[in-house]
Amino acid sequence: MLSDSQRHHVPIIRFILIQNRAGKTRLAKWYMQFDDDEKQKLIEEVHAVVTVRDAKHTNFVEFRNFKIIYRRYAGLYFCICVDVTDNNLAYLEAIHNFVEVLNEYFHNVCELDLVFNFYKVYTVVDEMFLAGEIRETSQTKVLKQLLMLQSLE
Amino acid sequence: MPAVSKGDGMRGLAVFISDIRNCKSKEAEIKRINKELANIRSKFKGDKALDGYSKKKYVCKLLFIFLLGHDIDFGHMEAVNLLSSNRYTEKQIGYLFISVLVNSNSELIRLINNGIKNDLASRNPTFMNLALHCIANVGSREMAEAFTADIPKILVAGDTMDSVKQSAALCLLRLNRTSPDLVPMGEWTSRVVHLLNDQHLGVVTAATSLITTLAQKNPEEFKTSVSLAVSRLSRIVTSASTDLQDYTYYFVPAPWLSVKLLRLLQCYPPPEEGAVRGRLTECLETILNKAQEPPKSKKVQHSNAKNAVLFEAISLIIHHDSEPNLLVRACNQLGQFLQHRETNLRYLALESMCTLASSEFSHEAVKTHIETVINALKTERDVSVRQRAVDLLYAMCDRSNAQQIVAEMLNYLETADYSIREEIVLKVAILAEKYAVDYTWYVDTILNLIRIAGDYVSEEVWYRVIQIVINRDDVQGYSAKTVFEALQAPACHENLVKVGGYILGEFGNLIAGDPRSSPLIQFNLLHSKFHLCSVPTRALLLSTYIKFVNLFPEIKATIQDVLRSDSQLRNADVELQQRAVEYLRLSCIASTDILATVLEEMPPFPERESSILTKLKKKKGPGKVPDMEETKKERNSDMNGSTEPVSVNSSAVTMSTPSTSTDLLGLGLAPVLNSVAPASAGGSLLVDVFSDNSPAVASLAHTAEENFSSPRIGSADVVSDDPAAAVHDADELVNKFVCKNNGVLFENQLMQIGLKSEFRQNLGRMYIFYGNKTSTQFLSFSTAVICQDALKTQLNIQTKQVDPAVDGGAQVQQILNIECVSDFMEAPILNIQFRYGGALQNMSVKLPVTLNKFFQPTEMTSQDFFQRWKQLSIPQQEVQKIFKAKHPMDTEVTKAKIIGFGVALLDMVDPNPSNFTGAGVIHTKNIQVGCLLRLEPNTQAQMYRLTLRTSRETVSQRLCELLSEQF
Repeated sequence: MLSDSQRHHVPIIRFILIQNRAGKTRLAKWYMQFDDDEKQKLIEEVHAVVTVRDAKHTNFVEFRNFKIIYRRYAGLYFCICVDVTDNNLAYLEAIHNFVEVLNEYFHNVCELDLVFNFYKVYTVVDEMFLAGEIRETSQTKVLKQLLMLQSLE
Repeated sequence: MPAVSKGDGMRGLAVFISDIRNCKSKEAEIKRINKELANIRSKFKGDKALDGYSKKKYVCKLLFIFLLGHDIDFGHMEAVNLLSSNRYTEKQIGYLFISVLVNSNSELIRLINNGIKNDLASRNPTFMNLALHCIANVGSREMAEAFTADIPKILVAGDTMDSVKQSAALCLLRLNRTSPDLVPMGEWTSRVVHLLNDQHLGVVTAATSLITTLAQKNPEEFKTSVSLAVSRLSRIVTSASTDLQDYTYYFVPAPWLSVKLLRLLQCYPPPEEGAVRGRLTECLETILNKAQEPPKSKKVQHSNAKNAVLFEAISLIIHHDSEPNLLVRACNQLGQFLQHRETNLRYLALESMCTLASSEFSHEAVKTHIETVINALKTERDVSVRQRAVDLLYAMCDRSNAQQIVAEMLNYLETADYSIREEIVLKVAILAEKYAVDYTWYVDTILNLIRIAGDYVSEEVWYRVIQIVINRDDVQGYSAKTVFEALQAPACHENLVKVGGYILGEFGNLIAGDPRSSPLIQFNLLHSKFHLCSVPTRALLLSTYIKFVNLFPEIKATIQDVLRSDSQLRNADVELQQRAVEYLRLSCIASTDILATVLEEMPPFPERESSILTKLKKKKGPGKVPDMEETKKERNSDMNGSTEPVSVNSSAVTMSTPSTSTDLLGLGLAPVLNSVAPASAGGSLLVDVFSDNSPAVASLAHTAEENFSSPRIGSADVVSDDPAAAVHDADELVNKFVCKNNGVLFENQLMQIGLKSEFRQNLGRMYIFYGNKTSTQFLSFSTAVICQDALKTQLNIQTKQVDPAVDGGAQVQQILNIECVSDFMEAPILNIQFRYGGALQNMSVKLPVTLNKFFQPTEMTSQDFFQRWKQLSIPQQEVQKIFKAKHPMDTEVTKAKIIGFGVALLDMVDPNPSNFTGAGVIHTKNIQVGCLLRLEPNTQAQMYRLTLRTSRETVSQRLCELLSEQF
């Protein structure tokens, strides 16, 4: 068996960020303890690292001891920070899955939806990701749950 | 379908957010926020009790303000109050506020925990989930203490809703991560494991993460998860793309769950149970097969999801490293991706191949892609892809492709991004050293590194080249010549001045015979760089100068003048001034003898792990440098060691902590004065390394017939190879084992002695089997290994005594551990004593431990062979013997013997195809000696001519003696 210490890391998302091109944060979900200054630094660094890349580049960037898996939708960058050994494509598609849910939930989601409904975005995130893990992947199931919650308002 | 309009539900919030967005300046924003904060504060403090809606709205505004980056110092209590609301939306805002603004206020924590406790007990799945999400998000120790007992129960209870189970599983995972000591294990283990069988794939998805974490910490307890995971995975990968309905993503069945299951399996070795193992292999094959099927959709989501599973499957295959077939298939699949139009796939294929390269089963398969990888280095637009290409080249590098890979890396270095230059420099330095067949190549490579990327050449790298040059006398002359030439460049990097100063100071004498590099020219060249250098380099050069005083007495006066000048003696830098004063004084008062002793050549450095490798490991983090040393050693141990790369690292030298700059190399005052250890012998043999017109080289062109008539023909000893004729301690026994390691060493009526041995680098292990052929017990059986005279210091042999009684018909085994300290001529003697039927038996046998056993074969090209051959042109370095064939002259047998001798048999090197050429390095603890050999058969005359060239006369002689007895 090869290099056990290197492999089978438990996947854990360190944070999820949604930022626009200007660097404004539209969602910051932290799965590790960082103090506020550290969070601000991370947000700025991620923005600096991600926005300089073009479409021909990969959707992955090494970042400190981790890596950022990111995807750009219109003016928004969706970024997930994971362990270097984690499965890049699985998280890349987890982002897309999340975006498709947002799109359905907000009916053609745009940046403003995330601004005005920031507290609902957290609910969507918690349905799909919890404790740094992927919790639910079925769009149907997530949307059903979200609609049910919506009806409780 | 659904749709949520702008901020519906809380109009006041939407208005506030709009106001903030309309602010033209930061000041305006702050003003608006302060106004709002004042408003909220007054509402909270007001006499009128707020209704739930207002409380929710204000808490939500506070949260928004906080998220904008402003401090919030009130409202926590109102948020906690929201937890006890019966309305979902109010509770949700309360929990969200708490999750985002974690506060360690103990008073509050109690209240929060109370709210959570109520919701967990509410049996309302929505409320339970809110509470569980809050615990999972905050994960504090207080929460762990309060809830670790409840959550497992919720998780495994039969009546818990699926979505609550999902949250409970991950909540438990979070608490296990933050407070592992508090989370009870044991009683519910098997029920948790059985969640892998749950009907709801969402529950399985969450549970798999939990089980993976727990299994990592406690693999034994969760072992049963392996077969469940395999069968779950099997059901997923064999299902039709529509079977899993909600969990099918772009025609790929449950990709995320598949990935998680494959990760869980990476916590374990390959399943032991045959059926499980077979089923897993089937799964992996199915996944690999699917990669070859035409895509079910053109969407990138389809291929990404499919490939996510594929890459994870490949990770598992690599982790198991036990199925050659799967490994090679994985490699082929990745090979296809290397040229895929998607940058992501090319990147991931390069990354994944890096780990495949370290598996013995797939290393060769990976190597076939070298051209594609080199091309990636040249053409990829994304630096991170190029970086992966560098990593892969490093990982796939071995003896066979080292020169090509190092050349390509050097090429790339010229244009490489600044961010990765230092790492490439380290990698090139390591590879050049590790696979140096020819140390001139190593020296050239490092000097190139300094030329191309001098700024990125760390101290470790240039220290290392000096250590190697000092320790290897076969490369010193070449190094001196090469640095001398490199220093001619009008602008050369300061690191080159350091290396040049050091090497010329030690070995400048080796090139001083050439008028173009006379002592004075060497000195002037170095001194012309002096004023452009930093203080540490100047200090080093001053030491070089004093070394020159010893090496070249004829320029002593010139050097003294320089040392005496004001710019030295009155230098503002105290270190430089002190050196100038002391060196000047030393050169004036010391006698030649004292100078020669004090300024003697540096003794070899002690050998340890390469400090460069250490540095690379540190740079990349422990996991990121594939430990090629380790894995390749394993690979080689399976193949009797004959294919092992010339591994310099393991016998390498290192510096101690590089904190005192130049002094580490012994250039400081004290180290120079202390370096009285004897210089390694043989350095002077290379004095005329540049005279290309040596007679030996010319003789290569002669025809075999001509040379066979040389008078040396009489020197061939005629020795019978018949074992029956063996005298116990005669050389015949030894000769029999020169080209092989196993066999019967000795046999008479009483006993048989068998041998099995293995050698690697300068170490060997010999298993001796003593078989009692009689039916009577041998008593007082004892053995001794005797190294006579000089051999005592040349070989180090250790063994344990065997049992004094050997039963009739029995066999006992003895293991000898052998270390070759330096080259040697004689064989050790094995003395055996025992009593048989009252009579004392005593016999001695020579042990076939011969110098050639410490060969490591070395592949090289024709050009390199002859270049090196030319460099070993001093008469003493060559030994030649012409002798009559004692066995039929069979080409294949001869080849096998040469390989058995320990050198690499070099095909296509000699212009005459009937000749044999070989190359190898003799490893001893003290030195390594490169060796080239050439065997020219003359079938008509039934004779051979054998020529050996090494940098040490004694080595050449001994090897020639040994090998000439074999044909």
